[in-house]
Amino acid sequence: MTEAVRSAVDSGLPRQVGMLARRSVLRTMRQPAMVVPSLVFPLLLLSINSSGLESTTQLPGFPTDNYLDFALAIAFVQGALFSANSAGTNVANDIESGFLNRLSLTPLRRMALMMGQLAGILALGVIQAVTFLLVGVAFGAGIEAGLPGAIVIVLMSLTISAAFGCIGAFVALRSGTGEAVQGIFPLLFAALFLSSMALPRDLIEINWFQTVATYNPVSYMLEGIRSLVITGWDGEALALGFACAVGLALIALVAASSALRTRMVRT
Amino acid sequence: MSRGGFWSVAGAVAWRNAHNFFSNPAMIVPAMLFPLFFFTAFAGGLSRVDSVPGFDYDAGYTTFVYGFVLLQAATFGGIFTGFSVARDFESGFSRRLMLAAPRRGGIVAGYWLAALMRAIFTIALITAVALVAGLAIDGNAVDLVGLYTLAVIVNAAAMLFGTGIAMRLRTMQAGPAMQTPAFLFLFLAPVWVPYDLLTGWVQGAASVNPVTLVLESGRGFLAGDPTEVLPAFAVALVLAAVTVLWARGGLRSAERVA
Repeated sequence: MTEAVRSAVDSGLPRQVGMLARRSVLRTMRQPAMVVPSLVFPLLLLSINSSGLESTTQLPGFPTDNYLDFALAIAFVQGALFSANSAGTNVANDIESGFLNRLSLTPLRRMALMMGQLAGILALGVIQAVTFLLVGVAFGAGIEAGLPGAIVIVLMSLTISAAFGCIGAFVALRSGTGEAVQGIFPLLFAALFLSSMALPRDLIEINWFQTVATYNPVSYMLEGIRSLVITGWDGEALALGFACAVGLALIALVAASSALRTRMVRT
Repeated sequence: MSRGGFWSVAGAVAWRNAHNFFSNPAMIVPAMLFPLFFFTAFAGGLSRVDSVPGFDYDAGYTTFVYGFVLLQAATFGGIFTGFSVARDFESGFSRRLMLAAPRRGGIVAGYWLAALMRAIFTIALITAVALVAGLAIDGNAVDLVGLYTLAVIVNAAAMLFGTGIAMRLRTMQAGPAMQTPAFLFLFLAPVWVPYDLLTGWVQGAASVNPVTLVLESGRGFLAGDPTEVLPAFAVALVLAAVTVLWARGGLRSAERVA
């Protein structure tokens, strides 16, 4: 154990979190293969969607006449899905390389480990959210709720990133392999596809799809961000959006912590 | 060397790949799920798009989306076979295979047969789901032969493209180099709405994208109103011819290091 790590474990939780957070952030930022696709693919899909589906704004009841305003929210959630992949892959690497085994021999607190791992995801989340906002505004999206609304969008985006990041960490801790993390990516994508991603829920005419989208928390995350872009300040949409994001984050965090405890015991 | 050597190699490679595909959940599940996700998400979530003024596809939105998902399944059936080629190089299997094969062209033919089986399986599954979901096929038997022949040619071109990359780079890390161009060509075509309803740069890209012709022709076959048939087949055959040369170059490159 290096002197710095010994000093960290000897001190309190904040210092332990700080050490691991620094490692997590540096590790994420040093992997362009992790950062670049998480920015490029959502922007590419945003660009294709907003040109390809612009004509749907002519449907009666569509909430805006600019599909880019409607589609911008998708980029934030899609970026958060990459966070799940990124967090899970990092945790799986720590397991496969034996780093977690070595940490388990130290008096490091489990909470510090979880929070430290999440720091890298949140750093990536800030880069994603700011990039998506700037690109969206540059290409003509209007943020109806103004600058304070943009800040709330970043906060909600970070909460969603943390939620999906915890899901990725949970899967990695349960399975111990990077392949399993890659395997859940399509399922998380399905959650995005089976939501109000492409059209508002009340304009979806297939009943079963509308029902699935209504029970899908991703719909409310999208609608929370979308409300700030299109409507302005809509308390109900924001409350539902934050409730779903925070709720999912808490459930995933508890599950990941439990999986971490089990893995530490096994170790 | 006899032609029997060629086909025995092709048969063995095809059987091994098909066996790997059908017996490994990590391979078969994503191959089934991705096209199904696309189909359900867009045929279900965007079904109202057929009410947009100017949407002029009479067979309905489910059929419109099926045309795209069919092309996607054919393309990715080929591309994912390229992944198998790369995996075989990483594991060292391909090197041993090249030493043992009397006719190495049979290796590529075997991967093509595997890609074809893979695509047929995925397309059959999607077609069954689409029929349950309300797919309306207004085309006659000749139209359907045209539709599925186009899909087979596209599948072969995608497989040859992926194999050419895999045989040159010989690593799984070549995956994005196979997937990204296929993804871009597919999604820069009129995926969700007819060409006339596209706007902005995507319409410009679709106008020069050869996949647009193939997709519109496929949708024409489904609607019983064949359109752009000769240009679509010409484009598909040119793509296949170019990718044959590309794959042959890849095979030569792999032979040099075998």
